[in-house]
Amino acid sequence: MTEAFEEAPVHRDVPPGPSWEELVTAALLGTDRRTPPGAPPGGDAPAALLDAAAVETVRRRAGLRPGPAAAPLEPAAPDPRPVPPPAAGRRLATLLADRPSPGSGRRSTAPDLMELLPQWLAAANRRGFAAPPELLPALLDAARGRTDLRPAALAFAGPRAVWLARLNPEWRFALRSAPGGGAALPGPGETEAMRRLWEEGLFAERVALLTAVRARDAAAARELLAATWATERAEDRLMFLDSLRAGLGPADEPFLERALADRSRNVRSTAAELLSALPGSALAGRMAERAGSCVSVDRTRSTPTIVVEAPHECDAGMERDGVAATAPAGRGERSWWLGQLVEAAPLGGWSARLGGRTPQEIVALPVADDWQDELHAAWCRAAVRQRDPSWARALLGAPAAAEAAGPGAVSLAERAKLLGTLPAGERAEWVAVFIATHGLSETFQLLGVCAVPWSEPLGRAVVDALDIARDAGSYPWSFSGVMGLAERCLDPAAAGRLEALTAARDDPEDASPGAGGYWAEAFQRLVGTLRLRAAMLAELDGG
Amino acid sequence: MTQQGVRWTADQVLALAPDAASREAGSELGAASPWSEAGHSDEGTVWGLCKGSGSKPYRTVIDVADASGPAYTCSCPSGKVPCKHALGLLLLWAGGDGAVPRGQAPDWAVRWASDRRRHVREEGRGKRTTDGASGDAPAGREAARRRAERRSEHVTAGAVELERRLGDLLRGGLAAAEREGYGLWEETAARMVDAQAPGLASRVRELGAIPASGPGWPVRLLEECALLHLLGQGWLRRERLPDGLAATVRSRIGLPAPAEGPALRDHWSVLAQYDTADSRLTTRRIWLHGARSGRTVLLLSYGAAGRAPELSLPVGLVLDADVRAHPGAGRLRVALGERYGRGDASASGQGARPPGVGVARAAALYGEALRDDPWLDSYPVTLSGVVPGPDGGDGGSRGCGGGGGTGDRWQLADADGDSALPLTSSARSRSGLWRLVALSGGAPVTVFGECGHRGFTPLTAWPQGPGAAVPLC
Repeated sequence: MTEAFEEAPVHRDVPPGPSWEELVTAALLGTDRRTPPGAPPGGDAPAALLDAAAVETVRRRAGLRPGPAAAPLEPAAPDPRPVPPPAAGRRLATLLADRPSPGSGRRSTAPDLMELLPQWLAAANRRGFAAPPELLPALLDAARGRTDLRPAALAFAGPRAVWLARLNPEWRFALRSAPGGGAALPGPGETEAMRRLWEEGLFAERVALLTAVRARDAAAARELLAATWATERAEDRLMFLDSLRAGLGPADEPFLERALADRSRNVRSTAAELLSALPGSALAGRMAERAGSCVSVDRTRSTPTIVVEAPHECDAGMERDGVAATAPAGRGERSWWLGQLVEAAPLGGWSARLGGRTPQEIVALPVADDWQDELHAAWCRAAVRQRDPSWARALLGAPAAAEAAGPGAVSLAERAKLLGTLPAGERAEWVAVFIATHGLSETFQLLGVCAVPWSEPLGRAVVDALDIARDAGSYPWSFSGVMGLAERCLDPAAAGRLEALTAARDDPEDASPGAGGYWAEAFQRLVGTLRLRAAMLAELDGG
Repeated sequence: MTQQGVRWTADQVLALAPDAASREAGSELGAASPWSEAGHSDEGTVWGLCKGSGSKPYRTVIDVADASGPAYTCSCPSGKVPCKHALGLLLLWAGGDGAVPRGQAPDWAVRWASDRRRHVREEGRGKRTTDGASGDAPAGREAARRRAERRSEHVTAGAVELERRLGDLLRGGLAAAEREGYGLWEETAARMVDAQAPGLASRVRELGAIPASGPGWPVRLLEECALLHLLGQGWLRRERLPDGLAATVRSRIGLPAPAEGPALRDHWSVLAQYDTADSRLTTRRIWLHGARSGRTVLLLSYGAAGRAPELSLPVGLVLDADVRAHPGAGRLRVALGERYGRGDASASGQGARPPGVGVARAAALYGEALRDDPWLDSYPVTLSGVVPGPDGGDGGSRGCGGGGGTGDRWQLADADGDSALPLTSSARSRSGLWRLVALSGGAPVTVFGECGHRGFTPLTAWPQGPGAAVPLC
């Protein structure tokens, strides 16, 4: 019997029997040891006890009354957005219910629903829908397991998800990362409430508050942080400092400069990294000077050549500016220091330093004494950190060039990051030409940074390359990564054109056995997924 | 199952799956790509060819027109009913995007469907004639009477044996029983199975789990022992009981009792459907609410362990049908009889909301139901205007040491009152609780569920404003 029930008072006209507590005690000890109240002595004591207990049990059950209500919950903030059409809601439920089946080896011809969830959420958010409330628990569970889903899932989930997350600790992440921090956070005018939450709140609440304030008013967030900076623990300082990344501006420089003297090495290096992303900062200037003194053009040679004189020591000033003095095992100290200096130096300064050349011309210059790899790699990191498309373009080179696919200075991962700094159209075009020239084997990461759905030329290049790979007789699972991307990223309008590829063809002579059938299956899955995506979008539009 | 030409929803299809693996495999096949030559006919036949790993595609046919639920055939080797191909095809059909067009069924599909329908008709007719024969022939009646008598003797021997064992237990004390563990109860349960009293056997088996069920177990064990004693005594003195109570005792003991109440025709909406399983059996409970009669009734359907019971009625479906009550037990349990036409709202998932009561009335309804059936653990109730929320937990009423984990306790409170029903522990552990809380968002909702001495188990909820039923189980 649950304690939160109340028992009805015993009626006056019912003759009082033995109390329930007495019956329980007698039953626990046994009637041999304790004669139950009101029972005749002798062998029938157990039956008498059970008789009395049966009456009492039914009486107690029949008399149960509701207990007092607890203090009511503050209702969730209203969400003015409409819920999606019913068919779209059912689709979302299906997507959320799909869990990868363990050990289901080879991929079947059916679409991988979980992978379509991000798209569904993005499409629903674009249309301004709110999550149907009853699906919020499944949505939060999915977002809990996949951090990449969180921003879109929480935007779709709206204020009610924040309300729910306060009731269920498993969903606490929603309080931290909810857009705008949710309804719990004090508003712009509530300075006192804000100060109190900042000083007394839990870590997650404080991070949420700082992030929310930073989004509203960058300076106010910095001042909030500065007020308690000296008393924060090192791990917390690191997290708080990281939240300044959003809305970083020249006004943050004095605060970051002070953080360069922090007791914690991680805090120091994060502060240095943030400062180096501000080209006008004093730190960026110091780094430009240090890096510039190491790299110059030697005009005395037959062709102008970059010569590198790496630093001979890592002095205290460099360390204070975030340069790590100890090189990882297997790397020369001097090249390690050089890399860090060049990475942190503003790219805009190189043209003046190297004879007024454009980034293209600088990258094309030969580099003496095997320094090219080190130098170009550092420029790549700088282009990504400073989001500089003209340097990224120069470092990427022409996609059709032979060395673009080779193991040159720029690794595939770096190339993908460089592509990320280019406008979407240019990115897709570069990758399309790259695929047409070099095939698919190196393209997974590059495709991953292209905007979804893929542009028509990019989609065509991928499909053509897959068709060529099939004709070459290899197995489709050598391309499963690209296939999976194509399922999620190809424009659903391409499905019709792909239909022809789903028919099983005879294997070419030198093909791997059975490959043709597997390819037909893989293309069926591709077409099936594209159709499903088209249906998903139609459902969201109420079609 | 549904109006011809009216498609089901994906939920309705997935509710047919025998297990989670089938549901998943079926949803994967619910895409157009592996299917060819699929279609559906006006007669309620759905067919298609599904490409499998072999060279020949599987032939899948489903008859959705049958009143007692859909029937399936598939040339695949799977032993599951329905197989993933049937589920996939139904999903594709339910999707309604033209992948399963209306058309003329191919011969292989027509042959199976018409054979089946003829078979079903003949079986129905055959049953009526044999029933009649055994009922009319005095010899057959006499044999049936002797069989029933022999069984009664077995049950009586079992009840006497059970009373003796309960007596021993109480003499030695429940504290000693805790040390004996499961063995004692399993052995007694086996004796009750021998005595052909499955109702006693399952109650005895449940006693075995109580000593390990946490604080307060002696109270629960004494309650259940006392009710078991009451049932045994009820059987031994059944001649002296009023007819209704005697019938309840017989059905609680586990003696079969055909549903022979008068046919009650109504528009029944499906309020909830959920399964419970033990190692032997899957039991499906389906609660129906009649729009005209206002009655809430229970359909039970069983499946062997690991298989879904055959009857499946998705929440929201409305059936125009007869039901007949089984005797006893407050006449909650019914059997489904003739179904008329096709439910008029079958595919829309919009069965009417039953009228609701407040929490005080709900507790009183359970109390009143105990008059007909003192063994009743819970009673079906629709609450309206209630808000789910955590039970503040600072003891509240009789604070008998319920300190730990107050955050885990939930209640349904009257929106405009100050009383609340606690949720049962089984409700708290289900994901349905969070669906309920999310649906409410702190606002009043309508909730259908089972109200009993352990608290309230929510099964289905409706939002404050307009909106379809949300299953919570």
